[in-house]
Amino acid sequence: MEPFAQFKNVQKSYDGETLVVKDFNLDISPGEFVTLLGPSGSGKTTCLMMMAGFETPTHGEILLQGSPINSLPPHKRGIGMVFQNYALFPHMSIAENLAFPLEVRGLSKAETEEKVAKALSMVQLTGFEGRRPAQLSGGQQQRVALARALVFDPKLVLMDEPLGALDKNLREEMQLEIKHIHEQLNVPMIYVTHDQAEALTMSDRIAVFNDGVVQQLATPDVLYEAPENAFVAQFVGENNRFIGDVVSLDADRCQVKVNGDSVIDCLPVAVTENGNHSTLSIRPERVVINPDEGSFPNIFEAEVKDVIYLGDHLRTRVSVCGNGDFVVKTPNAGGNGALKRGQKVRVGWSLTDCRALDA
Amino acid sequence: MTQNDMGQAPVLTTADGLPLKTSLMRTTRRHRIRAFLLVAPLLLFLVVAFVLPILDMLKRSIENPEVHNHMSRTVEALEGWDGESIPDEPVFAALVQDLVEGGEARTIGTVASRLNYEASGMRSLIMKTSRRAGRIEEGPYKAAVIDIDEDWADVDTWRLIERESDPFTLSYYLSAVDMRYDAEGNIVDQPDYLKIHNALFIRTFWMSAAITGLCLVLGYPIAFLLANTPLRYSNLLMILVLLPFWTSLLVRTTTWIAILQQQGVLNDLLVGIGLISTDNRLQMIYNKTGTMVAMTHILLPFMILPLYSVMKTIPPHYMHAARSLGARPFLAFRRVYFPLTIPGIGAGSILVFILSIGYYITPALVGGQSGIFITNFIAYHMQTSLNWGLAAAIASILLFVVIAFYLVYNRVIGVDNVKLG
Repeated sequence: MEPFAQFKNVQKSYDGETLVVKDFNLDISPGEFVTLLGPSGSGKTTCLMMMAGFETPTHGEILLQGSPINSLPPHKRGIGMVFQNYALFPHMSIAENLAFPLEVRGLSKAETEEKVAKALSMVQLTGFEGRRPAQLSGGQQQRVALARALVFDPKLVLMDEPLGALDKNLREEMQLEIKHIHEQLNVPMIYVTHDQAEALTMSDRIAVFNDGVVQQLATPDVLYEAPENAFVAQFVGENNRFIGDVVSLDADRCQVKVNGDSVIDCLPVAVTENGNHSTLSIRPERVVINPDEGSFPNIFEAEVKDVIYLGDHLRTRVSVCGNGDFVVKTPNAGGNGALKRGQKVRVGWSLTDCRALDA
Repeated sequence: MTQNDMGQAPVLTTADGLPLKTSLMRTTRRHRIRAFLLVAPLLLFLVVAFVLPILDMLKRSIENPEVHNHMSRTVEALEGWDGESIPDEPVFAALVQDLVEGGEARTIGTVASRLNYEASGMRSLIMKTSRRAGRIEEGPYKAAVIDIDEDWADVDTWRLIERESDPFTLSYYLSAVDMRYDAEGNIVDQPDYLKIHNALFIRTFWMSAAITGLCLVLGYPIAFLLANTPLRYSNLLMILVLLPFWTSLLVRTTTWIAILQQQGVLNDLLVGIGLISTDNRLQMIYNKTGTMVAMTHILLPFMILPLYSVMKTIPPHYMHAARSLGARPFLAFRRVYFPLTIPGIGAGSILVFILSIGYYITPALVGGQSGIFITNFIAYHMQTSLNWGLAAAIASILLFVVIAFYLVYNRVIGVDNVKLG
C-alpha cells in the first residue's frame, strides 16, 4: 500500500552548525496512529512542525498523499493540529473556535452549525457552545482543541504533547478517548510525546527519537520486548543494565563478561564480534527470585538492598554482578513480603530476556 | 449556638469569646497602619500638587466674586429692582458709595476688568465714574451719576451689574465655547469675529485623533517586531524606542525645526535631488504639518509600549493554530492576532490622545499660527490676558473631555486591561 504521508531523508538545522533532525525517514499508512517519542530536544517536535508547515526542512522531502508539500504553506495543507497549550482563541466562544476552520473554508452557515454540533457531541461537550475557553477546565479545553482539529475533516492530525498539562487520571482518560476517536474516524495521526507509557498505550507504531535520530521504529510490543539499542531499552519501560565485553559469540547466543568475573549468557542483538563492548538489558519483571536450580542459564547470588511495596507489585532492589541498582519486579501474589534487607538470595533470568545491545 | 435566636446568623467568635471580625481587625491593624504610612508621602504629594490645584482650577472657572464683594451695597440696593426701568435714587447712592470706597481701596479695578469681559466699555465707565464720584458732595445722586456718563441711564448696564452680582457664573464656560450672555441675559453665540475657541477645540481634537492614528499605524509594526524578534535584537530595538524618552523634549522639538524648516535638511535634500525648485521650498513647519510630525515622534513610545506589553503575552501558537486550521496569513492576523491586541490598541490610543490634547510646548514651538492647540490659548489667558477664570474654564473642559474618554474606554475595554511594559 502506498504510504499516506512520508518523511524522506529529512534534515533540519536552525543555525547552520548543528542538525536538530538527522536523516529522518517515516512512512505513515492510511489510518495509522504513529507516535514520535523522545526526550525533550530530541527533534520530535521539529519533525511535527515540518509536517505542519511551520518549519521548512533544510534537506529532504515531505510528502502527503504522494505529492511533495515542502513549499506548501500551512493553511493549504489541510492538516489538523492540537497544540501543547491547546491554543484555543480566547476571544472566541467554543462554537466560534470550532467554526473558525469551517468559516475560512467558506462553508455555509447551516453546514458549519451542523459540523460544529457533531464535533462537540463527539467530545461530549454539547451545551458548551457559548462558553469562552477560559471558562472551561483543562480537560474540557483539551477536548475542544481536539474537536477543532478534527471538525474540518483533515487529511492528517498532528498532536504536540496534547496531554502534558493534565493530571494523571485525566491524562489516562483522555488517552483512551483520543484512541477511541482515532478508531472511529480512522484518520492518520502523528502524536508527539515524551511519556513512554502514553506512547505504548495509544500508538500503532512508535518512533523513538534521540539526538535527532530515530533509534527504533516499531510497534509498542516489539519496542518493549525487543529494543534494538541501549537507548530504546532504557527509555521505553524500566530496564536493568550490565556493561561488559563479549567473550564468546554464536548466532543465537553470546556470553558477556561483566564486573571482571561474572559471565552472563544472552541474546546477541547488536554485537558483531568477540571483544565488543556491550550493554545488557533485562526487564525487571523477567527476573525470578530464588529460581529452581538449573531452570535458567543465568543464576547469580544477590543481596537484597531494599523492598518497596507498591500495592499490586513489589520492587526489590538487589545487588548482583556488581550492579547495586538491579530491580526485580514481582507481582503481589501473597507471601512475597518475606525478603529483608541484607538477605542473600539468588536471581535468575533466561537467555532471550537478556539482550546484548550496543555499548 | 443554642443561645442564638432562630434565623439570626450566629456571630463567630475566637476561643476567648471575642467576635472573629474584631479579632481579625486587631491583628491586621498594625499592617494596615504600616501600609498607609508607606503611601502617605505620595498621598500628601498628590493632594498638594494635584488634587488641590485641580479643585482650585475648577473653583476659579465658575467663581465670580468681584461685583459681589466690592459693590456689595449696590448689589443689595438692586434687590427688588424690576429690571425694566432705570433704578431709583437709593441704588445710585449705594453705587456712589461703593465706587468711592472701591477707588480708595484700589479694588474697583478688578470689578472694572470683570465687567469689561462681558461688555467692552465697562472698564472705562467704572473707572471714570469712580474717579469723579468723589466729587459728588450730596444728592440727588441719580442725576449726578448720569451726568458723569449717560451709560448709567442705560438699563443694560444695570442688568449686567445685577447679573454679575451672583458669586458664581457660567460666563467663563460660555466664552470658552464662544458663547455669551446677551443684554437680556440669554445665552447666545458670540459674534463671528470674536469666535476663536471652538475652532481651536475642534482643531485640537482632530489633530490629536490624527496623531493617535499616525502613532498607531507607525507603532503597531514596531511593537510587533519588538514582541516577536529574539531577545538580543529586540533589546536593541527597545533601546531605539526608548531613546527619545531619554532626550529632552526641547531638543527633540528643535531638531524637527532644523529638519523641516524652509532652509532645513529635508528641503535642501529635496532641492538637491531636483524634486522641487529652490523657489518652491515646502512649508513643513510652523503649521499643522510641523505639529503633527513632531508630536507623533514624541508620543510614539506611549503607543508602542502598551502595544508591546500586550503582544508579548500573545503566544505564537495562536497564529500557528489559525494557520493550521486553514486561514491565510492575513486572515489569521485579522481574525486572531488583531482582536487579541485590542486592549493594547485601546491603552495606547487613549494614552496618546489624552497626552496630545493637553500638549503645549511642541505646538507652541513648531505650530506657528495654524498649528497651535487650545492649550496654547490657556497659556495665553494665563500669561497675557490674565483672564484666569477663562483659562480655568478651558482647562476644565479639557479635563472633562479626558474623564469622558476614560469612562468610555473603561466601558468598552476595561482599565484593568491596561498594561504598560
